Amino acid sequence: MLHTFVAYVEDLPGVLTRVASLFRRLNININSLTVGRSERAGLSRLTLVCEASAEAGHRIRASLFKLENVVDVDDIAQAPSVTRELALIKVAASPRTRSQVFELVEVFRARIVDLAPESLMIEMTGVESKIEGLIQVLNEGEERVLEICRSGKMTMRRGHHTSSVLKAMGAGSSESPEPAEPDSEPVETLEDAAANEPE
Amino acid sequence: MGTNGQTQASNAHLTTPTRLTGAEILWATLVGEGVTTVFGYPGGAILPAYDALRKFPIHHVLVRHEQGAAHMADGYARASGKVGVAIATSGPGATNLVTGIATAMLDSIPMVCVTGNVSSKVLGTDAFQEVDITGITLPVTKHNFLVNRTEDLAPALRHAFQIAVSGRPGPVLVDITKDAQQGTAIFDFAAAKPRPYRPHPMLCVEESGLAHAAELIRNAKRPVILAGHGIMESGAMEQVRTLAERAQIPVGLTLLGLGGFPASHPLNLGMMGMHGEAWLNHAIQEADLLIACGMRFDDRVTGSTSTYALKAKKIHIEVDPAEINKNIKVDVALVGDLREVLEKLLPLIPGRDGSAWLKTIDSSKGAVAVRDIKNLPDDGHLYAAHVIHDLWRITGGNAIVVTDVGQHQMWEAQYYHHEKPRTLITSGGLGTMGFALPAAIGAKFACPDREIWVVAGDGGFQMTAAELSTIVQEGIKINIAIINNGYLGMVRQWQEFFYEGNYQSTPLLSPDFVKLADAHGIAGRAVRARAEVAGAVAAARSAPGTFLLNFLVEKEESVYPMIPAGSALHEMIRRPGNDPLLELPDDK
Repeated sequence: MLHTFVAYVEDLPGVLTRVASLFRRLNININSLTVGRSERAGLSRLTLVCEASAEAGHRIRASLFKLENVVDVDDIAQAPSVTRELALIKVAASPRTRSQVFELVEVFRARIVDLAPESLMIEMTGVESKIEGLIQVLNEGEERVLEICRSGKMTMRRGHHTSSVLKAMGAGSSESPEPAEPDSEPVETLEDAAANEPE
Repeated sequence: MGTNGQTQASNAHLTTPTRLTGAEILWATLVGEGVTTVFGYPGGAILPAYDALRKFPIHHVLVRHEQGAAHMADGYARASGKVGVAIATSGPGATNLVTGIATAMLDSIPMVCVTGNVSSKVLGTDAFQEVDITGITLPVTKHNFLVNRTEDLAPALRHAFQIAVSGRPGPVLVDITKDAQQGTAIFDFAAAKPRPYRPHPMLCVEESGLAHAAELIRNAKRPVILAGHGIMESGAMEQVRTLAERAQIPVGLTLLGLGGFPASHPLNLGMMGMHGEAWLNHAIQEADLLIACGMRFDDRVTGSTSTYALKAKKIHIEVDPAEINKNIKVDVALVGDLREVLEKLLPLIPGRDGSAWLKTIDSSKGAVAVRDIKNLPDDGHLYAAHVIHDLWRITGGNAIVVTDVGQHQMWEAQYYHHEKPRTLITSGGLGTMGFALPAAIGAKFACPDREIWVVAGDGGFQMTAAELSTIVQEGIKINIAIINNGYLGMVRQWQEFFYEGNYQSTPLLSPDFVKLADAHGIAGRAVRARAEVAGAVAAARSAPGTFLLNFLVEKEESVYPMIPAGSALHEMIRRPGNDPLLELPDDK
């Protein structure tokens, strides 16, 4: 199954190697890894996604905690959470063929962030499946995809929702700890709208 | 070693912040951490440190190979329970430590290794004798530090000591660049104290878990305690014994657990696993409850995990959360320090009658124990089992025995009966040949008044035999028993059992070990018959200096019982001529 770990690690040289080395030792491939500053001074926050057996989650989390530079580890597992990925996609497009790409970008609620005579760059934020979707449609089209740069997933647990909030979001009134669907559609819509506000 | 005046001067550094060089800070910090002996080998990148050593009350043991330094620090730690310290220079000095560091890691031994490195301005340039030792040792240390600023040195070293001993102990490496040794900084020992130790956040000993464990113990009909190295690390000898005696539960030990529960105790069933006692392995397979105390269900202990103790509920008391459900799924996990957990559990355990189950196990020992090789009449052959058994008798079981790895190690575990903790020092997890001689030197420095015996094979002894010179230079006395069968014996045994007797590359030519000892100024004697064993052991014990005994034993003897790798715990190869154990009655 797919595991998602969120960890706070000390912002020091070599810490990433220690984290990565643990997964190498366990022969687990890291699907994606994002690291950046967090709200806590001197600590980086990372989101690590990997494929491993269901039972492996406990041992990975316990082993991560054994690393001296790891301060906190959360195994998101199936907990309600928001996951996003950022992609930059450069597409070959001449002034003549641009308009097709513009249409696609509109449909996917992505944005054009760079425009050159021979190419343009698309920025898109969303769940993995949406980004995959855009890339697939681009590949099927006439324009050649020149470069893809993806951030990997970033994940944050959802707050502890009251039933009225869930209702307002159209997600039903249950506070079930069952994940239901992370990124369930109604919620998705609300947040996508926010994420796509003009800068 | 420093004079008294110098000693006092260096101790003053511990109370008054003083400007010192990095080299001085290194030693001053070690003094502050209670270190009196280090094992090392100098070289270019660690020379500033060596230059400052004479000012400090620390005894430096010059080894002959850095692997020896690491094993000595390891042996020192195993014998004393304190942190062992090894020192090496950069490059090859550092890489030579790696086998010893991995040995300590696999057996959870607290150790601090200090290495020099090239100056920080040439780090990463492939400078002479530069190696990325923090990168190399990352997977075989609990943690490591690269220190390239003098002011970071004391905090890193103090943190290293904290990490080495806390939780599940292990080795820590501190790599110090040459310029960090040469520079100066204000040394403030107290201020360099590490942040408070943070216990693993997943430690978990809940009331409900304790109650569940107690209920399982109360209701068990065929319980067995499986006790490991954690008894020693946690100092839980009394608690395990109380649990066993009060609830009348028999105790099986792992290799590293030997000595944690007295061998002569009526509830002691001996060692479990691949070369463990047959009655114990059968008892585990028949048990309805296993209480695992400070052990990790290593593959040498379980045999095939899919057939391991299928009838038993399992309680796992373990300090490392990453060990829970790693090899064997357990029903109750009490994740914490063994002694603390048992102290919470014991009040919930009432007295219990275990006689029926104990009787069943006892009857399964039967004829096998009586016809054991050690009881066979002297037929003129010298068997390793005889040697070990006689050594045990003559030393009264009071020696610290340091073994190498292989057949002799298993015979030691079977025939030397350890009554007290820290009397068997052996490389269990990594199985490092060449461990015995240097580890014994370390043990001698930890326990100078104890009788120390090296028990090594002819193969492993030659891997680190150069440390004989270290013994002579240090003027220490240890006793050395080489179990010499002219083969890499354990490998030969596997070839006999599993490779159709194709003894490829296992026959081994050795020097005359007695002459080799003599060349070092060490006395020795060859022993060829059982009748000579007692006299030879007595001669070694009474000799003023180190004494080497070369026991020329039966060449193609094998260790029994043996569970072939991947087989079930009860599928043991038995000594030819011994009847298989009687099937245990099913008392369900």
